[in-house]
Amino acid sequence: MSRAFLAILQRDLVLATRAGGGGELALVFFLTLVVLVPFALGPDLNLLSRIGPAILWLGALLSVLIGLDRLFQSDEDDGSLDLIRSSALPLELAVLAKGLAHWLTTGLPLALAAPLLGLLVALPAEAMLPVSATLLVGTPALSFIGAAGAALTASLRRGGLIVPILVAPLTVPVLIFGVSAANAAIGGTIPFLTPFLILCALSLIALVVGTIAAAVALRQAE
Amino acid sequence: MENLACRRGGRLIFEDVGFRLGNGEAIALTGRNGAGKSSLIAMLCGRLRPEAGVLRIEGADDAPLQELIHLVGHRDGLKTSLSARENLDFAQALLGDAALPADAALERVGLAHIAELPVGYLSAGQRRRVALARLLVSRRPFWLLDEPMSALDISAQAMLTGLMEAHLGEGGAILAATHGPLGLDGATEVRIGP
Repeated sequence: MSRAFLAILQRDLVLATRAGGGGELALVFFLTLVVLVPFALGPDLNLLSRIGPAILWLGALLSVLIGLDRLFQSDEDDGSLDLIRSSALPLELAVLAKGLAHWLTTGLPLALAAPLLGLLVALPAEAMLPVSATLLVGTPALSFIGAAGAALTASLRRGGLIVPILVAPLTVPVLIFGVSAANAAIGGTIPFLTPFLILCALSLIALVVGTIAAAVALRQAE
Repeated sequence: MENLACRRGGRLIFEDVGFRLGNGEAIALTGRNGAGKSSLIAMLCGRLRPEAGVLRIEGADDAPLQELIHLVGHRDGLKTSLSARENLDFAQALLGDAALPADAALERVGLAHIAELPVGYLSAGQRRRVALARLLVSRRPFWLLDEPMSALDISAQAMLTGLMEAHLGEGGAILAATHGPLGLDGATEVRIGP
C-alpha cells in the first residue's frame, strides 16, 4: 500500500520536472508578478515595503491557482485515473500523494524564492525569514483546498475556468492570516505567533478536509 | 450481471443486458458503434453507475470489483513524458501483486528495444502494446479490454491472442469489446443493441 503511495508521489514529482510538466509555471508566474508590481506602483519605497508581504502572498496564491486545474484532469484525460481508481490504495491516500507532490513542486519553491523576491518589494531584512515561513506553512492549505476544487472539475472539458472561481473564495482565510502574520513580523501590535499558529491550523484542516472532499468527488460515479 | 441498463445524458443506451463470466472464460462484446460497449466497461470499472440491474462477484473474498480488474481502454493510461519502463513500473507499484518485471513484459510484447523512450514518441500501435504489457506486470484475474486489437499489426494481434489464451489457461477471465475476431476458440459472443 505504501509502495503505491510512494509510486504516485514519485511519478508526479518526475512528471513536474519533465518537459511540459508545468512544474516551473508557478515559479515563473510568481516572479513575473512580483517583478512587475514595483513598476506599477512607482518608486515609493515606503509604500512598497508596507504592502510587500501582501504582494508576495497574493502572488503566491495566484501562482498556485494557475496550474491547479491540471492536477486531476491530466490523469482523467489519459486514463491514469482509472488505473489509480483500480488500485487497492484508498483514493484518499492517492489524493494525499498527489497533493503532497503538488505542494513540493509549487508551494515549496515559492516559499524558498520569497526572500529573494522580497528584495524587489523592499522588504526589511529582518522580515525575509518570517515571510518565507508564513508561505512555507500556508501554501499546503492552498494545495489541498485546490485539490478538492480540481477533483470536482476533473472530468469537465473547460475546468480550467471554473477551478479558480471555485477555489479562490475558500482561500480567503489563508490569505488574511498569511498576510497578517507576515505584517506582524515587520512590526505592529499583534505578536507574530498568533496569526502564524492559526495559519498552521488552517493548513492542517485543509490537509484533512481537502483530501477527503477530493476523494469523494473522484469516487462519484456518473 | 443481470438486467443491466445504462442511461447517459437522459438517453437510454441499452437495457436488459445480462451475462455470466466464469474462471477461464472469455466474452467478446459486440455491437454497432454507440451501442454502449464502452459504457458497459465503464460500469464494470466503477466509473458509471448502472441505471438498473446488478453486478455481482461470487467467491472472491469480499474484494471489490475494482481491485480484481485489469483495464486497457481507449484512454491507454500512459504518461507521454515517461518512458515505457517508468510507466510499467508505476502500474506495477499501483496495482500490486507483481508478476513479470517491466523489462520482461516489454520483451513479451516485442518492445524491449524502446524501454527507455518516452511514450509520447511511440506510434499508436506501439503505445497500445505498452498498455497491453501492463496486463503482464501485475496479476489480476479479470481482464477488461476495450477494442484491444485496434492499431495492432497482424503479428501483434497474434501475440495478443497468445497472451489471452495463456491468461485463460491460468483460470483468468476476459471481457473484450471488439469489432474484429479475437482469435479465441471458446469465447462467447454477447451482442448489445440491435
